[in-house]
Amino acid sequence: MATVEIPREKWSGTVREVTLGATSDGGTRTSTVTVGGEATLPFLQFEGAMPNKPAVAVEIHDCYPEDWSPALLAAWGDEARDPASWAVKAVAAGAELLALQLRACHPDRGDRTAADAVATVKAVLGAVGVPLIVYGPGVADKDNEVLVAVADATKGERIALANCVDKNYRTIVAGALGNGHVVIGQSPIDVNMAKQLNILINDMGLDLERVLVDPTTGALGYGLEYTYSVMERLRLAALTGDSMTQQPMICTVGEESWRQKESRSPDGVPAEWGDFETRAVIWEISTAITLLQSGADIVTLRHPAAIDRVKQAIDELMSAGIPDALAAAPAI
Amino acid sequence: MALSGLQIYKLLPQTNCKECGFPTCLAFAMKLAQKGTELAKCPYVTEETRTQLDAASAPPIRLVTVGTGDRAFAVGNETVLFRHEKTFVHETALLVRVRDDATDLAERAKAASEYAVERVGMTLALNGLLIEAHAGDAATFVKAVETVHAACPGTPLVLSSGDPAAIEGALAIVGAEKPLIHAATADNWQAMADLAKKAECPLAIRADSLDGLAELSAQVSGAGVLDIVVDPATHNLRDGLAMATLLRRLALKKNMRALGFPIMAYVGRDDLYDEAAQASSAICKYAGLVVLDHVDPALFYPLITLRQNIYTDPQKPIQVEPKLYQVGTPGPDSPLLMTTNFSLTYFSVSGEVEGSGKPCWLLVADADGQSVLTAWAAGKFDALKIAKTVKDSGIEAKLSHKKLVIPGHVASLSGECEEELPGWQIMVGPREAADIPSYLKTAWAAS
Repeated sequence: MATVEIPREKWSGTVREVTLGATSDGGTRTSTVTVGGEATLPFLQFEGAMPNKPAVAVEIHDCYPEDWSPALLAAWGDEARDPASWAVKAVAAGAELLALQLRACHPDRGDRTAADAVATVKAVLGAVGVPLIVYGPGVADKDNEVLVAVADATKGERIALANCVDKNYRTIVAGALGNGHVVIGQSPIDVNMAKQLNILINDMGLDLERVLVDPTTGALGYGLEYTYSVMERLRLAALTGDSMTQQPMICTVGEESWRQKESRSPDGVPAEWGDFETRAVIWEISTAITLLQSGADIVTLRHPAAIDRVKQAIDELMSAGIPDALAAAPAI
Repeated sequence: MALSGLQIYKLLPQTNCKECGFPTCLAFAMKLAQKGTELAKCPYVTEETRTQLDAASAPPIRLVTVGTGDRAFAVGNETVLFRHEKTFVHETALLVRVRDDATDLAERAKAASEYAVERVGMTLALNGLLIEAHAGDAATFVKAVETVHAACPGTPLVLSSGDPAAIEGALAIVGAEKPLIHAATADNWQAMADLAKKAECPLAIRADSLDGLAELSAQVSGAGVLDIVVDPATHNLRDGLAMATLLRRLALKKNMRALGFPIMAYVGRDDLYDEAAQASSAICKYAGLVVLDHVDPALFYPLITLRQNIYTDPQKPIQVEPKLYQVGTPGPDSPLLMTTNFSLTYFSVSGEVEGSGKPCWLLVADADGQSVLTAWAAGKFDALKIAKTVKDSGIEAKLSHKKLVIPGHVASLSGECEEELPGWQIMVGPREAADIPSYLKTAWAAS
């Protein structure tokens, strides 16, 4: 029988490992999450190491998300009215870490103070043992105010502070630097802007072992292919040795996918779209799987059924061993 | 291995007769090396040269057509591993498996075959049906093929049975419609290849190793079957990804003709969400044909959308139709925002407006699919274009106000716009889409 030689790729670069959460020296987490470390394209373990599996984060808010899709509100129930209860329910649903959005600190949505934000974060940290990502309200001044207060009040917890953007990163990076935290740098679907932001953050003295990249997520049907290709390009650059692209990537899948009309409401859409909740959950799953295939190290999700399914898919992709078909084959 | 332009040139007549349409044999050779033309255009090559060059001039992954008529689909001919390198060209065919002994065979087949959905101005559908021999006897299979053929005329079919007698019976009914025969295996390849060759139908080969596939490929092509589909018989996400990646690499980077064929992936699972995950992975990573089990629009619509996303040419970003869009249910006093018809620009803006919770009119100008800044720099998004877009849209009659919000990046156009649109108040919106919600709450609310 003919023997096909297996064309294995040999890469020179490796993605950095980033650990979220800490169990000592100020950290009170009961588990940590380490992502990154890949020496191969996603899930191709027959030719390179993928020491950490991609993690599933679950999004929770500091106030009841009344503008969310009814399918999500029904799934989380009254627990979504209290961040600590929501956190507990999210962990029970499979969250390996939580993405807490401080939306009520937004000037238009309650304008809660930095002290309020700290109280919310502490309540969530007290309720669960998983690592935390904390998002400011997305307004530069207020982000700086609340994220720095949170950073100071949680020294040593190795929280990921988000988002650093090119026009507003210094204060947040400084908050991470002094308190042993991680930051997320968000750039608008562009390889060079992602690199540039990493350089700026790194120039302030923050180790790249403490930086995650958010390349900006487009949902299925709404720009997904742009994110997909930018992430593939970033990951290929990382594997070929471009240091400033070697950060693990995080994708806000739930937020983007549930914002689209396919997921927002059961009313006024074509019958060809099928059952509302089923379609909306598949929208989230499909967006997540696609971005995992292009290099996502953390996907942030919203629906319990999607959390469950995406985690199972990750386990299937990461399962030990190499395909039977390749076991005995020689490498080229 | 592929030949270089110079290697090909040495095999050509070198007479520069121009009959191929190129000025010189060298130019023709260079184009052949890039797979941009066909050897058949040269009338003077010798038979010997043709044999040598055919291998080099054929596409690395063969284009295989299934079915006939309007609904026939073609898969293969892919030239890159990553879509950003150029583009993926022939969209993954989405098929639904029906079993020959299912009581609701005709209904399932019909529902899948007739499914169609509108998306960005296009009507999109599934591609065909796979009829699987499940009962175990040829008569039931042939009867099922007859039933499906009657219920879904014109729908491309895959005939799936390991029994050559069952395939032969089915081909007697639908052979003229070029179904894909599935599958030749180590045990039956000779009989299957003979049937495929006689009926001139494409043939799938199925084996669970690259070696097995390469051997089968050599055997059936030796028997005269050239249109081949490869079924690597994987059962989980990890192996499906690994095998599809290796098959694509072998074809494109090692120029391995024996494996340069479209790949078929079975993604059917008991759990619908599991099936969605499997199918999404297969569409991203190299499947030419994806076989589903569930007949459910809630599955079809997302997958059709994903396929469209992944196969969009990255160098020709999709444009959205330039027209007046409604975000939410805007009324006469709702804001009127303008942007350009680059799809990503549109999606960013409409997404932010949607997220703001405030219903708006979104007027999208025809800027040849460019973003605001690019279009402005190229002179495709100026005051005249803005004014014309407003006038042609008929928006004026729908509003109780005459306020137009233009993108912050073209703030410099506001004066000219006011001249071109007498009576209108031109407001300058934010530069970035992300700032639209706060703009609507503050600047717009105050106006």
